[in-house]
Amino acid sequence: MGEFAAFTILSLLILIPAVVVVTSKNIVRSALSLVPTLLGVTGFYVLLQAEFVAGIQVLIYAGAITVLLLFVIMLTEGGAGLQVRQVNEQIPLGVTAAVWLAFLLLLVFSRTTWPVAQRGNPPAYSALAIGNAFMTDYVLVFEVTSLVLLVSLVGAIIIARREE
Amino acid sequence: MSTFVEILKAIGLAVLVFTFLAVVGAMFGVYMERKISGWIQARLGPKHVGPQGLLQTIADTVKLLQKEHITPRRADALIFNSAPIIVAVAGLLDWVVIPFGQVGNRFLVVRDINIGVVYFAAMASLTVIGILAGGWASNNKYALLGGLRAASQMISYEIPLALGILWAAMIAGSLSTVSLVEAQRGGWFIFKVPPLGLLAALTFLVAATAEVNRVPFDLPEAESELVAGYFAEYTGMRFALFQLGEYAEMFAFAALFSVLFLGGWDEPSLSRQWAWVWLVLGAGSLALVALIQFRLRHVLLVRPIFILAVMAAGLSLILFFGVMAGRAQVLPSIVWFFVKMFTLVFFLMWMRWTYPRLRLDQLLSLSWKVLLPLGLLNLLITAFIITVAR
Amino acid sequence: MPPKVVLDWLYVGVFAVVGIVLAVVPLIVVWLLAPQMRLPQKELTYESGVIPFGQAWAQFNVRYYLFALVFVVFDVEVIYLYPWAVVFRRLGAFAFYEMLVFLLILMVGLAYAWRKGALEWV
Repeated sequence: MGEFAAFTILSLLILIPAVVVVTSKNIVRSALSLVPTLLGVTGFYVLLQAEFVAGIQVLIYAGAITVLLLFVIMLTEGGAGLQVRQVNEQIPLGVTAAVWLAFLLLLVFSRTTWPVAQRGNPPAYSALAIGNAFMTDYVLVFEVTSLVLLVSLVGAIIIARREE
Repeated sequence: MSTFVEILKAIGLAVLVFTFLAVVGAMFGVYMERKISGWIQARLGPKHVGPQGLLQTIADTVKLLQKEHITPRRADALIFNSAPIIVAVAGLLDWVVIPFGQVGNRFLVVRDINIGVVYFAAMASLTVIGILAGGWASNNKYALLGGLRAASQMISYEIPLALGILWAAMIAGSLSTVSLVEAQRGGWFIFKVPPLGLLAALTFLVAATAEVNRVPFDLPEAESELVAGYFAEYTGMRFALFQLGEYAEMFAFAALFSVLFLGGWDEPSLSRQWAWVWLVLGAGSLALVALIQFRLRHVLLVRPIFILAVMAAGLSLILFFGVMAGRAQVLPSIVWFFVKMFTLVFFLMWMRWTYPRLRLDQLLSLSWKVLLPLGLLNLLITAFIITVAR
Repeated sequence: MPPKVVLDWLYVGVFAVVGIVLAVVPLIVVWLLAPQMRLPQKELTYESGVIPFGQAWAQFNVRYYLFALVFVVFDVEVIYLYPWAVVFRRLGAFAFYEMLVFLLILMVGLAYAWRKGALEWV
């Protein structure tokens, strides 16, 4: 009961701003509407008891990525209050594709047997468990992550320098 | 059913914390700020409304409530009006994990979230969005510049801030604020692995000062160049909401600093044979009080020192007699929480009139070229020492 | 009764909602109490007393964007350090060396950014 109510509220919190994101003519508004959507996703992580991931979701997505997006928008004409058209003449085509995709997803969703975890025994997603996993089983993944971060940093700098 | 009770409890606590922030954080904070600013500049500060001007901010709030709301014609009205709410709510959310003290076995904290400090950093990072949105939506050149500066400054200092938090979390082996304080029973983290603990604390303090946009990092609102920065266009209560968010954040960071490095609500404890230290401290403070009272009475500049000396004398003497009487805990823990928090807030206010404002390039290079490498190295060296010492 | 984690964040959610309500209430009070006289001059933005010149909304420096990019990378890096900080003292020296490698690779990145002048504000 309570879980279903929470799920419904969070879904609305995610979906209503998400509609604004794709329909608003002002792209700064679109970017800011992403914030409630991302925070709603945080709620889903909490429902799955992945607390640390929820914290990251707020810190990285709502706190950092949104600021990055706003900076990008303000760097371009979007920050100048430009009104953009979010739709064009391909609307019927897009709607058809979306409906088909939704149908397909629902089909897959209903046909799959989901491995639901036993009640009262959720997998451990705490910071402690994640740290333990990093330091034992996933050492290589952990180290490679730092390489990925290094590459993304170098790439970011090179791209940004070219824009200058 | 029990969930329903919990929600009611949460609503009650939320109203309580919000009122606490509005009264202690914003109203008393602003009063303190004005009074201390006055003294440091050899003025008297607010004086006429209430005893020693104590009711001045209440009068100000009543005035702000009657002010007309003006939304600039060319502003983006929706974003413009929601930005102060984002800032105020982010300031409130910080306080969910701040522990006020301990009564018996219960901790006075709204929720002891397992990832408390990460949660705090996450909520504090939400403020940036409110400030950037408000600055942009005003469609005012000063506001936009202020908002941009605020955003670039706050994101730059989030990393050194996180490194300071990490240092404490590494020593305690936990991210929850309550366990961080518990881990400091034997010794505050600021004194751990000397002098690296002090270094980590300083990194955190500098970054925190920048996060709450206070002097010397007040570029976003630099009143002498940007009028008021990102809230230049805000009138009446919406302006007050920005102020509320800002003061709530400042008090929250002061509280978090004491949780991370100064033992939170823990009483500074000395065993009986060391109790004379308190007596010496108390006597010294009393001498200072006497000196100011009889020699420097008319010098306004020493007023803050006078008040500090009175408080230090009182606290040390109470502690001395408490220890001599053989009490394990002399003062309730919540008193210590407030003593530490207000000392830090006082420190921040003192800094405001001591240092000039940095330039934007100086500010950014301080964060990226000094604090970030320093924080990383500090973390590594401390980890190395701990590994070797094991 | 929901588990502790969910309950914790339920409080956070309630705090957010109550915070928004309590922040909006004074705005409504103002709307009821305060005088309202709309004048065209009042609704101008402030620009040191002269009539605002052009729009404030303009494209701005790419520098801000560059700092935001570097910030996101380091923010993600710090996120990886949190779980390590929690387990570090429970594990042996291995955890230290692992983190040393992780941080050294990232310090190369920092040095690169420094060298390329990405941390410079010009």
